[in-house]
Amino acid sequence: MAAKLRSYGRGLAPLLWRRGLSNASSSTMIQQQQQQQSGKSMNLYSAINQALHIVLETDPRAYVFGEDVSFGGVFRCTTGLVDRFGKNRVFNTPLCEQGIVGFGIGLAAMGNRAIAEIQFADYIYPAFDQIVNEAAKFRYRSGNQFNCGGLTIRAPYGAVEHGGHYHSQSPEAFFCHVPGIKVVIPRSPREAKGLLLSCIRDPNPVVFFEPKLLYRKAVEEVPEDDYMLPLSEAEVIREGSDITLVGWGAQLSIMEQACIDAEKDGISCELIDLKTLIPWDKETVETSVRKTGRLLISHEAPVTGGFGAEISASIVERCFLRLEAPVARVCGLDTPFPLVFEPFYVPNKNKILDAIKSTVNY
Amino acid sequence: MALCFAKSRNIVHRISKLGTLGLLRSSPSLPASSARDFKNPIHGALCICSARRFQSTDTKQFLDFPGGKVPFTPEMRFISESAEERIPCYRVLDDNSQLIMHGNFGQVSPEVAVKIYTDMVTLQIMDKIFYEAQRQGRISFYLTTIGEEAINIASAAALTIDDLVVPQYREPGVLLWRGFSLQEFADQCFSNKSDGCKGRQMPIHYGSREHNYFTVASTIGSQLPHAVGAAYSMKMDGKDACAVTYFGDGGSSEGDFHAALNFAAVMEAPVIFICRNNGWAISTPTSDQFRSDGIVVRGRAYGVRSIRVDGNDALAMYGAVRAAREMAISEHRPILIEALTYRVGHHSTSDDSTKYRPIDEIEWWRKARDPVTRFGKWIQSNGWWNGETELELRSRVRNQILNAVQKAEKVDKPSVSELFTDVYDVLPSNLCEQDELLRRTIKRHPQDYPKDVPL
Repeated sequence: MAAKLRSYGRGLAPLLWRRGLSNASSSTMIQQQQQQQSGKSMNLYSAINQALHIVLETDPRAYVFGEDVSFGGVFRCTTGLVDRFGKNRVFNTPLCEQGIVGFGIGLAAMGNRAIAEIQFADYIYPAFDQIVNEAAKFRYRSGNQFNCGGLTIRAPYGAVEHGGHYHSQSPEAFFCHVPGIKVVIPRSPREAKGLLLSCIRDPNPVVFFEPKLLYRKAVEEVPEDDYMLPLSEAEVIREGSDITLVGWGAQLSIMEQACIDAEKDGISCELIDLKTLIPWDKETVETSVRKTGRLLISHEAPVTGGFGAEISASIVERCFLRLEAPVARVCGLDTPFPLVFEPFYVPNKNKILDAIKSTVNY
Repeated sequence: MALCFAKSRNIVHRISKLGTLGLLRSSPSLPASSARDFKNPIHGALCICSARRFQSTDTKQFLDFPGGKVPFTPEMRFISESAEERIPCYRVLDDNSQLIMHGNFGQVSPEVAVKIYTDMVTLQIMDKIFYEAQRQGRISFYLTTIGEEAINIASAAALTIDDLVVPQYREPGVLLWRGFSLQEFADQCFSNKSDGCKGRQMPIHYGSREHNYFTVASTIGSQLPHAVGAAYSMKMDGKDACAVTYFGDGGSSEGDFHAALNFAAVMEAPVIFICRNNGWAISTPTSDQFRSDGIVVRGRAYGVRSIRVDGNDALAMYGAVRAAREMAISEHRPILIEALTYRVGHHSTSDDSTKYRPIDEIEWWRKARDPVTRFGKWIQSNGWWNGETELELRSRVRNQILNAVQKAEKVDKPSVSELFTDVYDVLPSNLCEQDELLRRTIKRHPQDYPKDVPL
């Protein structure tokens, strides 16, 4: 852990701004929002920050803590919280992930909203036992006498073009194998705020992975008020008839670009944001695949044992006779996340586009 | 070990005598007498130091450094890996159950003293009967607390019901003290539908919200950070209560032990860490577990006030935990208690400890250092207890436990639907689906499933 790049978050921002934005994806996503409330143009870290302000304001039993949280966090998500709510409710912790989650479990078990930050998802593994053996089983093993449902673990995940092995990982699949927790990943600022508020208020422990690529890059109108978006409900963010694409988080904007390019070739793609990975919304995916007859799943994590495998197996079970082609998976390669080879490793737009075409033409 | 310690102390001593000029010599020209210590890193350090730098240093100067002023010294002195003497062990009752003169332990009323004794005896009898029940195949597993009755009961006696207990697994006596009934113990061990944990965990994994006692998990040390988080909440709520967590000598090697002590110190959390240093982590002796003077010395490294207590002296445990509780709550600080004791029983019913430790050792602790006998003699000498009350107690408790076992055995197991509840607050669709599927499977193949688990 000692080698953590402490200045990483701050250094990341200018690079992201320099990178070209996908206007198409963000504007389309905005149109698909269910509520067009008056909002303020905001990036993803600010939306997270606003959610944290709201929850600390509305719930006196809410606490925000983690490494470097006091000064605003390396990604600025906790900016201003300590000034407003005091150091008893917003505080730094020692550099120890198992301690952060273990402390959070105890805090949550006393009826609090414990909002723990793990600085990078790549560093969540020291807390794996606390999440898997403790948080996930706390209610079940006590026969519902105790629970730590107030626990929410926030962790930035995913590729950022220069993160190498330890600032790029997408570890969601590990946690999707654990009954008792929920795993949620937002795709945009508006989604991030509404889903995070739901996760914090959900009576079950949740791991909330934030796409750090989008912290500053993704900007959209975000309602200023206190709103929640439902968990375990997927959303069709682009309707189509030839193939269903399923993804989550930052990968959706890449997939959307592929959908737009495929459309130019006359292929109509339906794009689904799964949002909650466990317990996941099979019905929405199934309904879509029954309509299109084809399925493609894309995620940044390595393909083997990735959550795409679970979606694929479940949909084959449910839609076998309706499928017109094998389920395609366009994912990360089965290697550690490689710095200089990142452009080769990631499931980019053209890899997805090729898979769309070969699936449709199967 | 004693020899090594003496050697390293000599080295430190010698360096201070050598003075700065001696440091300029290269290692081959060092006195022959120190050649045997050549591998000691101290010598490597000697060769690279410049004496001149020290000569110009005023020893009265300080470095202002986070945490306070650090004095400079021209003397190269490595802190010894061990103190000259081991940390002493606080006790109140001597081996003959006499109060040690000038010992301080606060007051214990006759009523409390008698309850401490009767609960220790009850715990012993419960262990004996449940252990036998396991040997007869009536329950699947059991784990005794024999030898550690004083730590269990006397620590519980020093707390109030508002103090949250975050247990390891060898502290059922705390629950007993708090009024968890013998029937409740039996129901849990028989995994029947009266078990508050709904039959989901192995025997001895007790837990009770009513008794402010978190549910036991088999994992080692992972409960320690929970106690810190809970204690922090209690401090924020301004409660007149603290969190108390238990663990063993083996548990002190886990990362969660480090996390918890460090977090507790930094967060100024009112939590008492009680280590039952019983000498054995299953078959691993403490000599294979750590090289420190037990657990108590770790407290200081984390900035945690600590004490070592004779875990087989109920009065000492009672006094130390009472004082720890007072300091934890009024001063908002964690306290570490290392209780020296011995695991007289096997690790569990899956273990035969005679394979890895001498029977003489077990017998010595069982007979000469039994905490129940020791405390019993003391209350008898005070006139609070006698042979008659002793006989009556043992016979009554034995009958109660045998009845509880017989009753628990006849109660149905929890229904299959409890397999799916409580994973989440409500059943998600995948679990509803699996519930339905399982029920259809059971209908087709009823012979595959136990008859005593109702559908």
